[in-house]
Amino acid sequence: MCAEGSSSSREIGNARGSRIQQHPILGRDERTPCCTIWVDGQPIPACQGEPILAAMLAAGVVVTRRTEKHASPRGLFCGIGLCTDCMVTVNGVPNQRSCIIQVQDGMRIETCEEEADDA
Amino acid sequence: MNEAESKAKTVGLRQTGTLSCGELAECPGVPSNERLRRGPVAVIECYEEIPCNPCESNCPRGAICVGDAITNRPCLDAGACIGCAICIARCPGLAIFVVDRSQEDGDYVSLPYELLPLPKVGDEMSGIDRSGEPICVVEVVTVNTRSANDRTAVVTVRVPKSRGMDVRFLRPEGEAGNAF
Amino acid sequence: MMRSATDVLVVGAGPAGLAAAIESAKHGASVAILDENSSPGGQLLKQTHKFFGSERHYAGTRGIDIGARLIAEVADRGIEMLLETPVVGIFDGQVVMVVNQEKLLGVRPKRTILATGAGENTLAFPGWTLPGVVTAGAAQTFVNVHRVRIGERVVVVGSGNVGLIVAYQLCQAGMDVAAIVEAMPNVGGWGVHAAKVRRLGVPILPRHTIVEAHGENRVSEVVIQQVDEEYRPLTGTRSTIEADTICLAVGMSPRSRLADLAGCRFTMSPELGGRVPVHSPGMESSVPKCYLAGDVSGVEEASTAIEEGKLAGLSAAASLGLLDPGSYQKELVVCSEALAELRSGPFGETRKTAKDRIMREYERSGK
Repeated sequence: MCAEGSSSSREIGNARGSRIQQHPILGRDERTPCCTIWVDGQPIPACQGEPILAAMLAAGVVVTRRTEKHASPRGLFCGIGLCTDCMVTVNGVPNQRSCIIQVQDGMRIETCEEEADDA
Repeated sequence: MNEAESKAKTVGLRQTGTLSCGELAECPGVPSNERLRRGPVAVIECYEEIPCNPCESNCPRGAICVGDAITNRPCLDAGACIGCAICIARCPGLAIFVVDRSQEDGDYVSLPYELLPLPKVGDEMSGIDRSGEPICVVEVVTVNTRSANDRTAVVTVRVPKSRGMDVRFLRPEGEAGNAF
Repeated sequence: MMRSATDVLVVGAGPAGLAAAIESAKHGASVAILDENSSPGGQLLKQTHKFFGSERHYAGTRGIDIGARLIAEVADRGIEMLLETPVVGIFDGQVVMVVNQEKLLGVRPKRTILATGAGENTLAFPGWTLPGVVTAGAAQTFVNVHRVRIGERVVVVGSGNVGLIVAYQLCQAGMDVAAIVEAMPNVGGWGVHAAKVRRLGVPILPRHTIVEAHGENRVSEVVIQQVDEEYRPLTGTRSTIEADTICLAVGMSPRSRLADLAGCRFTMSPELGGRVPVHSPGMESSVPKCYLAGDVSGVEEASTAIEEGKLAGLSAAASLGLLDPGSYQKELVVCSEALAELRSGPFGETRKTAKDRIMREYERSGK
């Protein structure tokens, strides 16, 4: 039940890039993307050990789900698995917290599903 | 004293996040003008009582004193201080500078810098004051990134004479500020 | 699941939990640490700045490195640590229910130390559900741990130490901080933290509140307004800031549900985050053999968390007979003095008074 215009949430990362390649304290990011996850059918590069939402944000995808009634967008909020705003469906299983679940190669993520109905 | 200067003296750190002239003068770690004019010396802009003493424990000349109550503000023995600048990178609050007002060709300011890209020797940059305002053009003289500084670069810049107690940060020339 | 019968079970692998485990193990206890996260270190993992205090409190060392040091010491001492292992229940303060690899298990440690930390408060306003509105901790986690910029231009709400430090760290990560908004008349946190961000050109706006956030699929602009002494909005003082991120640094509250489940007695301590479980000077809760350490016992800082962790670990070991009363008293005094040092000065006084009151509550009405 994707609302129309959800494609506009897929802003391309800004010219500087969303991944922090060089940081004055953390140094250089030595990781290279090791796998691909699929978010609503789009391939997104992901780094070993990072949560799904980190790969999504790095690719400019900020909407993790939409509410049932008003299709209001939701995304990162608490970042540590407590608030449930970031829930996505992973490999068909709904209500997975994208801010703490680590990426795996080939993972299929859907952002548009609300909690699964009983039916 | 005009209205702006008067305001600057009364509205200070708690209200704006920037030390007023009066507060700066009260810091026991800020040396006299006379000492500043004799050669490089530490300027410890630590005004509040917070539990912290790495400046004292790291000064090789014992020129900084905090004491048993580690919330005491650091006092500077300006006579013992030789402006070696070790304390700059040791201060967790990035509140220490080394200023030399004895030179003919300008004042020299050493300051902590923890951003990228690092300035390069010879660069001309905007000298920024305590409230983030560009106030003059400065020239980068040294950039010290030794490992003992633990990723706090210590940058020394030559600033116009009389600006040594004003320049506290750097920005690439021509870069716009943040204000909305 | 656990290698052997556990003397001391530590819940939480943040600064308090790691320090507690190390201290108990030092005195010969068999120790296990459990944490729900996939990496240990708690808040320390995100703290890229240098810590304050004295040498005993790792002053001058970056939080991330303090975390690494503690984690290494835990490994060196052979302390068992189970990650992705949430604790979901405690019965009578004795039986601890744990989920590990999708199995529910009951553990009967001789002593339990709860070091579950604190969670962030939130602020609701029209538009707060938009992507782009995040807590300060989320900003720190995604920027400093996952190394992803969460936006381009940020408004930080709250000028306590967390707001000031996170604003600085976002600038270091290459993000613009348009303003720090503060409802109180003065800057909340330490002057040196404020001075750092002011030099970077970040305005701090006391007596301002956030009114609403606008945007379609994420925040695109933020409306702020001045407030009076009663925090009432002043008409005609609204202004709009273009920003795509709002970072909420509006305080923390102890994550104390396990203390509730264990049957601990609580008291209200607004200065330390709200509802707080009472404890003795040695960090024992009102439930015997159940100890507390760190932000769960009152929100302070990482350095007090480490010290309280040491104290809890020490007390747990002493109660197991692993050190004689004389040695325990001596070390108790050293830890208490270190805590007093961290709680001194004008910023610490409030916390010291609050902690003293919590310990008096513990003494009152037969624990």
